Amino acid sequence: MYPINDNIEKPLTQHIKNDGSWLTLKEYESTGGYQALKKALQMKPAEIIQVVLDSGLKGRGGAGFPTGKKWSTIDISENASSIKYLVANADEMEPGSFKDRFLLEGNPHQLIEGIIIGAYAIQASFSYIFLRWAYHLAGKALTQSIQEAYDAGYLGKNIGGSGFNLDMSLHISVGRYMCGEETALLNALEGKRSNPRAKPPYPSNSGLFGKPTIVNNVETLSNVPHIIMKGANWFMNLSKTGEGGTKLYGASGKVKSPGLWELPLGISLRELLEDYAGGMADGYRFKGVLPGGGSTDFLVEEHLDVAMDYASVAKAGSRLGTGTIIVLDDKTCPVGMVHNLERFFAQESCGWCTPCREGLPWTAKILYALETGAGKTEDLNILEFHTHYMAPGNTFCALAPGAMEPLQSALKYFKADFEMHIHQHKCPWNS
Amino acid sequence: MTEKVLTSGDISEIEKAYQHFPLRSAACIEGLKIIQKNHRWVSDDAVKELAELLEMSPAAIDSIATYYSLIFRKPVGRHVIMVCDSVSCWIMGYEGILNHLKNRLNIGYGETTQEDRFTLLSICCLGTCDHAPAIMINNDLHRDLTPDKLDAILETYK
Repeated sequence: MYPINDNIEKPLTQHIKNDGSWLTLKEYESTGGYQALKKALQMKPAEIIQVVLDSGLKGRGGAGFPTGKKWSTIDISENASSIKYLVANADEMEPGSFKDRFLLEGNPHQLIEGIIIGAYAIQASFSYIFLRWAYHLAGKALTQSIQEAYDAGYLGKNIGGSGFNLDMSLHISVGRYMCGEETALLNALEGKRSNPRAKPPYPSNSGLFGKPTIVNNVETLSNVPHIIMKGANWFMNLSKTGEGGTKLYGASGKVKSPGLWELPLGISLRELLEDYAGGMADGYRFKGVLPGGGSTDFLVEEHLDVAMDYASVAKAGSRLGTGTIIVLDDKTCPVGMVHNLERFFAQESCGWCTPCREGLPWTAKILYALETGAGKTEDLNILEFHTHYMAPGNTFCALAPGAMEPLQSALKYFKADFEMHIHQHKCPWNS
Repeated sequence: MTEKVLTSGDISEIEKAYQHFPLRSAACIEGLKIIQKNHRWVSDDAVKELAELLEMSPAAIDSIATYYSLIFRKPVGRHVIMVCDSVSCWIMGYEGILNHLKNRLNIGYGETTQEDRFTLLSICCLGTCDHAPAIMINNDLHRDLTPDKLDAILETYK
C-alpha cells in the first residue's frame, strides 16, 4: 500500500503498519479493536443482521451479493440446527487480485472480530478461515492471532460472559482456483475435490457437512466490526454512490505506480488510474482494463468516467469483481492477454461439467493458434460460439461464464486486433 | 511386507487431524499435507498407507492428491521454485524470468536439477500483482524480479 494523504476515511486500512508486521492483539485493542464485539454481544442476532442489511454492505469477493441478505437466509430460530458454520473465504486466487492479502497480513484481528460478530449474528458455533497456501505470512499472522483471541477470551466458551460459544480453525488449502467458489470451498473443507455443488439447497440450508453455513469474503467480514461500531448510516455515507462503504482498489500492469488503495466505493476509473496508479508508465498508452480481476469484461477509453461501484460497472457491461484493475497497454497484445487468461481458466477448471471442461481448453487452443500465426477466419466464430455456449446458466458454477467475460469483450472491442493475427499469420506484437 | 513409508510420527499427526472431523475421510487433504511436509512428496505407497488409515480406497485418495496442484505426486528437489504465470506477471514479462531460470538451471517445468537442489513449477496468480513479476521459492515470496536479482536470490538456496 502506498500512503497517499487524501484525507479519505479508511476504516479497513488506517491502522495497518508500514513495516510489514501485523497488528498484535494489544495493538489492535489500542485502536478500538474488539469494542464492536462487546457491543454486538449486547445486541440480538437479528438486530446485527438488520444493521448489516441497512449498511448496504455487499460481498467483496466479487459477486457483490448483499451480506445482510445472505445472513438473513439462515434460520436462527430455536428450531434451527444447533450446528452452524461461518467460513471466511481467504482463498484469494482471482488473477490480478491482491487485496485480501493486505488485510490478512496487516490486520488479522479485524477479520477475526468480524467473523466472531458474523458467527454470533447467525448463531454459528464453529468458524473456519479458508486460506490459500501461497499466503504464508497471512498463515503465520492468523495462527498467532487466533491463539491470542482464544487466550483473551474472544474465542471459546461463553465469550465475554454472553453465553455465546465459538471455535475457530485455520484451514490452509493446497491450490486450485475453484476453491474460491463457495460450494466448492465447502467440498475442499470436507477433504474432497473442490467440485461445485448444485444449488439449491443453498449452503445456508445445507452447507459444510450438511449443516447451515455462510461463506463470506475477508474484506466483507473485515468491514463488520466498523459497521457495528459506527452504524449503518456512517457506512452508507462512506461511499460516493450509495452502495455503502469503502473498497480496496488495486492496479497492476504498465502503470506508473501499481498499488492498492482503500477509497470510497464509487470513485471513477479515471481517478483510480490517473490519481492513484499515476497514469500509464512512460512510453505506454492505455488500451483497456479488466476492472475487477481476470474474470471481468474489458472496459475501454469511453468507460474511464464510470464509477467503480457494482451498479455502474455492471451498467457499463462489466463487473466490479474484486476491484483490482488489470491495465492493458498498447504494447501488450490483447489476444495474448486473453490467451493467458483462458489458459489459466482451462487449467483451473475442475472438469465437473462438460461445457467448461471441454470448452475452455478449446478456446485456449484457438487463441494459441492465433498467437502463433495459425489462426483461421472461422476461429473468430468458434470463439464467439463459446462465449454463448459457456454463458451463465449453461454451466454448473460461475467459473466458465467468468472466463468468457474477458474473451467476449475482447472480441467486441479488439476485433481488429484478432483479425490482424489471422491476416498477417502472426502476432503483430511479437515480430 | 516391505518397509512402510509413513512413520509413527506421521500416523499420529494424521490421527490427530481426523479426530476433528465427523468422518475420517474428511482428513484426506490434511493427511496428504502432513505426508508431504515430512517426506517432500507423496509416493504411491504413501497413498496406499493413507488410504488404509482413513478407511478409503487408494483410488479415492489419489483422485484428490492428483487434483490439488500443490500436492506433489512425483519427487521434488530440496527447493521448489514456483513461477507465477498469470495475467499481471505475463504483462510485466514473467517469460523473461522463466527463460532465465530454465537456462540457468538447465531444466524445464516439472523437472529437478541434479543433486535434487531445485524443482521448477508454475503457479497461478500469487496475489502480489503490484510487484510483478513474482515467484515463490519454498515458502518465500520474491517480487519485482529481474534476471540479475534472480541470480542473487538463487544463491541463497543451497
